[in-house]
Amino acid sequence: MSFAFLAALGATLVVRPAGPIRTLTDALALARPGDSIVVHAGTYREPPIVVRTRVTIVGVGGPVFVGGEHSTLEVEADSVVITGLRFRQVTPSPLEDRAAIVLRGTRGCRIEANDIRDAFFGIYALKASDCLIRRNRIEGSAANDAAAGNGIQLWQARAMSVVENEVLGHRDGIYLEFSPSAVVRGNRSSGNRRYGLHFMRSDSCTYAGNLFARNGAGVAVMYSRNVQMLDNRFERNWGDAAYGLLLKEISDGTVTGNLFADNTVGLYLEDANRNILTGNTFQRNGWAVKVLASATDNRFEGNVFEGNSFDVSTNSRSASSRFAGNWWDQYRGYDLDRDGVGDVPYRPVRLFSLVVERHEPSLILLRSPFVELLDAAERFMPVLTPETLVDGRPLMRRPR
Amino acid sequence: MKQARVVVAGLSKRFGRMEVLRDVNLAIAPGRITAIVGPNAAGKSTLIKTLLGLVRPGPSALVAIDGVPVNGGPRYLERVGYMPQVARFPEQLTGGEILRFLQELRGDGFARDEELVELFRLGASLDRPVRTLSGGTRQKLNAVIAFLFRPTLLILDEPTAGLDPVAARILKDKVRRASSTGVAVVLTSHIMAEIEELAEDLIFLVDGAIVFQGAVSSLLEESDEPTLERAIARRLEGHVS
Amino acid sequence: MRIVRKILASELRNVARSRWMVGYALLLLGFTSLLLRFGGTGERALLSLLNVVLLLLPLVSVMFGTLYVYNAREFIEMLLAQPVRRGALYAGLYGGVALPLVAAYLLGVGVPLLARGSEAPGYLAHCAMLLAVGTLLTLVYTAFALCVAVRIDDRARGLGAALLVWLVTTLLYDGIILGVATSLGQYPIEMPLLVMVFLNPIDLARVLLLLSLDISALMGYTGAVYARFFHGGGTILAFLMLIVCAATPLLVGYRWFLRKDF
Repeated sequence: MSFAFLAALGATLVVRPAGPIRTLTDALALARPGDSIVVHAGTYREPPIVVRTRVTIVGVGGPVFVGGEHSTLEVEADSVVITGLRFRQVTPSPLEDRAAIVLRGTRGCRIEANDIRDAFFGIYALKASDCLIRRNRIEGSAANDAAAGNGIQLWQARAMSVVENEVLGHRDGIYLEFSPSAVVRGNRSSGNRRYGLHFMRSDSCTYAGNLFARNGAGVAVMYSRNVQMLDNRFERNWGDAAYGLLLKEISDGTVTGNLFADNTVGLYLEDANRNILTGNTFQRNGWAVKVLASATDNRFEGNVFEGNSFDVSTNSRSASSRFAGNWWDQYRGYDLDRDGVGDVPYRPVRLFSLVVERHEPSLILLRSPFVELLDAAERFMPVLTPETLVDGRPLMRRPR
Repeated sequence: MKQARVVVAGLSKRFGRMEVLRDVNLAIAPGRITAIVGPNAAGKSTLIKTLLGLVRPGPSALVAIDGVPVNGGPRYLERVGYMPQVARFPEQLTGGEILRFLQELRGDGFARDEELVELFRLGASLDRPVRTLSGGTRQKLNAVIAFLFRPTLLILDEPTAGLDPVAARILKDKVRRASSTGVAVVLTSHIMAEIEELAEDLIFLVDGAIVFQGAVSSLLEESDEPTLERAIARRLEGHVS
Repeated sequence: MRIVRKILASELRNVARSRWMVGYALLLLGFTSLLLRFGGTGERALLSLLNVVLLLLPLVSVMFGTLYVYNAREFIEMLLAQPVRRGALYAGLYGGVALPLVAAYLLGVGVPLLARGSEAPGYLAHCAMLLAVGTLLTLVYTAFALCVAVRIDDRARGLGAALLVWLVTTLLYDGIILGVATSLGQYPIEMPLLVMVFLNPIDLARVLLLLSLDISALMGYTGAVYARFFHGGGTILAFLMLIVCAATPLLVGYRWFLRKDF
């Protein structure tokens, strides 16, 4: 029997519609720490289920828990494992953040391979720590913003791992606040109403290998230090104030190896300081990088810029980020000493992007010959574009 | 009296502030060769172009060919042959293509008179693009086109300019033969000897107005000069003073 | 109509043999092929072609068209002395200039585009858009050419005027739009700007192509206003407007041609 190893650790309780134990609530009442509960296929409608004992809950054949005017399953014990369950419907509420699964102040839990649909919030970890949330599929279908909660929400949680989940159709796909040292890896968060990933005041987190696509406003990362963002993909975030990645008051972070493709704005920096941005690829964005004057001492090196309408845009002549050794598809310089670095600096900020920054409707002149002429003149003799935003060592060949 | 082929009544024309024709009245009978003469800028070209519909007569004027007003549609031009002073053709087409094209514009009801093609020995040149032809050859082609559809009115603007003497002789003979069959011919020329040789009637224009209209012979008699050139010069002096 | 066809046939035969037209087609062909070979992916090459369409096409159309009418001046006079209605001659003249230019464009740009192909989504639709807009622009600027050449007898002044038409519509007009956009920036001027764009064929063509090729930049806040407009029937309106842009100078030229003293 495949659950034999569980038996070795403790007793195994079986829940099935035919009984003898017909509800998870009943099984939990009987369970002792270390027990396993196997829930067989069926539809379960129960009052709020609270896990106060260290148990492993395993769904077999996809048992369905139908929720209602409350959270469906609340975990309050440490080291609880929940896997293989299906959750349907959690009614939205303007007063409380109801979720299919709530982790309340627990440590070391594992929430894996569950399937959650039409929940107000999907998985909500509140003051939890060292938990693993992995391979869950969370799909919301809220018709309006008020009815949409977040897919995965971490609040005042520590050292959490959010790995390989798929979140779609929620307000924010993955939301973190006051949750330092989290690892968010390999998730796919797409088609959410607001942000694919939204995190604030969460220092020393790592985000790697995630895909964030077609979210209403892309990804927003705010008020945090020492954030690592590696090898993520930010794609097709279009529209009113949509950013592939918004960095606001982020300092000493690293953004490396990411792909920003087909976004209205690929990367947006506001009050972000001392970040290192290397080896990223910006393709076919409206604006590849928007860096406001309030963002200082950010370093862009070895990035690839191709097919963007605007490579770099800023709101002031005094912008102070530094570019060096990037590859720009619009660079037309030459390399006489053949060291692979162009002999003429590249100015990625076009005059027109400054105009558009101040007078957005003039965007209708994009790619107008008149505008290209202005840009060429400005490039030849810069008057209005920031002198500091120059790549003094533009690459001649596109790095792989 | 035969009905006049060309009737012009009360024709005035201004280009901007310049008055080019002033109350011109004239009639040209079939079978007559009429020369229009006058100093430069006298209005000769404008008068010819009015007959061809290239210049529009004002609303108060009557310009009619064979009783058909010229501003009532271009059908009357089916029987008008025109040889402009300098003819330029679509450069890439051959003479033959141009002749066929003109035929197609009229439809098949028109028998062609290609006598001049033979007389000018144009045969081989008709297969070459016009741009390769000499000025003289183009002018011959120009003459061929004027006679091509057996017109009843021929309008020739400096017809012998650019032609060698032999070709000029052939053309003049052709004009006389046409006239003898009842074609009305209107021509301009700077060569008074040519007019004396060809024309029977004369219309003398100065500053857009007709100062003499009648037979060449009567102008000569009136002026008592031996040649037309002198007669016209005298007339011009008289007019100016 | 028979007469128009005859005139057209004769002109087409003439123009098609002209080295200018062959040269133009070859220029476009070479340029497009080079762009496709070295200009990156299909979509990027299409964006580069955008500049050809917006700059070269109108310039060649208006200059060649004007020059052609001047060169055909004596031929026109010869035809006017034939039993041919002026309207038929005018129609033949327009077709005789516009159709070879359109054909040269479709051959020079369309053939390499389609021969190369691309798996990129919507590549064919983008190509079709580029070819359709380019064709319309050619029709618009040959109409301008006819207008100019009919109105102005002096060849040098006429060519100058043709160049001016091109300069005003490609450069000056956008300068005015930029002036309006920057000086009235505090008001919601998206719609007035859109109206201005609609009155200039080159701007109209540019925005049409941009919205089909380069969408992400125009998806910002104001971009959304524009994009919503063009996706909600605005594209059809824009195409209709391009046709109006061709028809207006064509009809004005027609009226002048009917009344003209040669």
